[in-house]
Amino acid sequence: MIKTDILIIGAGPTGLFAVFEAGLLKLKCHLIDALPQAGGQCSEIYPKKPIYDIPAFPEILAGDLVSNLMNQIEPFQPGFTLGERAETIEKLDDGSFIVTTEKGTKHHSKIIAIAGGLGSFEPRKPPIPNLSNFEDRGVEYIIRDPEFYRNKKVVISGGGDSALDWCIYLTNIAESVTLVHRRNEFRGALDSVEKVQELKNSGKIELITPAEVVGLFGENKVEGVSIQIENEIVQKECDHFIPLFGLAPKLGPIADWGLEIEKNAIKVNNALDYQTNIPGIYAIGDVNTYPGKLKLILCGFHEATLMCQSAYQRIFPDKRYVMKYTTVGGVEGFDGSKKEAPKAVVKSID
Amino acid sequence: MSDIHINIIDREGVIHKIMAPTDMNMNLMEVIRSFELAPEGTIGICGGMAMCASCQCYILSNHELPEMGDEEEAMLAEAFFVKENSRLGCQIFIASDLEGLELEIAPES
Repeated sequence: MIKTDILIIGAGPTGLFAVFEAGLLKLKCHLIDALPQAGGQCSEIYPKKPIYDIPAFPEILAGDLVSNLMNQIEPFQPGFTLGERAETIEKLDDGSFIVTTEKGTKHHSKIIAIAGGLGSFEPRKPPIPNLSNFEDRGVEYIIRDPEFYRNKKVVISGGGDSALDWCIYLTNIAESVTLVHRRNEFRGALDSVEKVQELKNSGKIELITPAEVVGLFGENKVEGVSIQIENEIVQKECDHFIPLFGLAPKLGPIADWGLEIEKNAIKVNNALDYQTNIPGIYAIGDVNTYPGKLKLILCGFHEATLMCQSAYQRIFPDKRYVMKYTTVGGVEGFDGSKKEAPKAVVKSID
Repeated sequence: MSDIHINIIDREGVIHKIMAPTDMNMNLMEVIRSFELAPEGTIGICGGMAMCASCQCYILSNHELPEMGDEEEAMLAEAFFVKENSRLGCQIFIASDLEGLELEIAPES
């Protein structure tokens, strides 16, 4: 069981900055995120896009903002459970919580800070009528173990990096790889597109464009797909169909945790500390809502700061504390590091 | 600058006749959100960067629209429920020549 002072669900910018503010109060944090890397939307959707409204940064790329935050929180040694989605929450008699991921990893904490953005990123599923009947019976949205496809016939659809990259990777493993895309153009990185072109020329990948997988057939598992090519539908035998259309955020299991939800977001007390209707559970950043809410990174930073002060009081109700400026108190890391302002040199005049 | 009339059919099939400002640098996705014609969290997920297709619309009137950029075209190639008249709302900015525009919000996907 992972134990921590504040369990943060969501490792986007707000969740990451909460680690810093908690660290100043000597509170340790652990973060859970469904994505395999930290940074939330900034890393997953728009790492190369500039952001212009981070105070004191006239312009910063979303990916760089995440790297900077990771550097800033490094002294506070946060723990990470990445690639796992927070699934269930259980409240213990002492008021603390156990949060379990879908892979069964358990986390124990007195304070839960949900910084889940628009939710956990789930694969986008194409609207093929009988798709759900074949899930885990030949339809996979995520490739967990490429060896699973050894000597199998695989059809992949999509036009982005993951579709191209997996096509390239699986040519050495699968019996056959077919890529179906609605256009002749691909959105992925140029060298991936060129590599797929090469593999197509040498007959290692079958490329079907412009076309779309519109149906699946098979008795108990996928035995083939129906592909619409212009006005014609052709059937193609295969063992696996892997639609790779990127990820979209869904609020997911958190919606069933007994929290007050409004407009797909968690209602919080913004007059005080961004606590939800369940004491000890806070919601900060894009995942929360209150009158006048703005989904901005800078608002998330503010909310994270106030949440940490309140969490400290909740963990140590008898301790007195006043907020300290980092310029005065410096930053003392849990790793023994210390950053502080240099002392002024006082010199006398003879 | 004056406001323009736009008719928007929401995902439930309800028609909304709204007035959209031409002087606020707003796009169609933002107009839909500002009038709350689709639930928050189901539209404009990427914020308007042509990177999620949650604001896909079907343009029903014959207005001449701004040409599709590469990003929009690529995103629509991976979107679902795409039709000939599909556009991403976030890529169409409100201007006076869109007076009388009619559109339908595509299903959530």
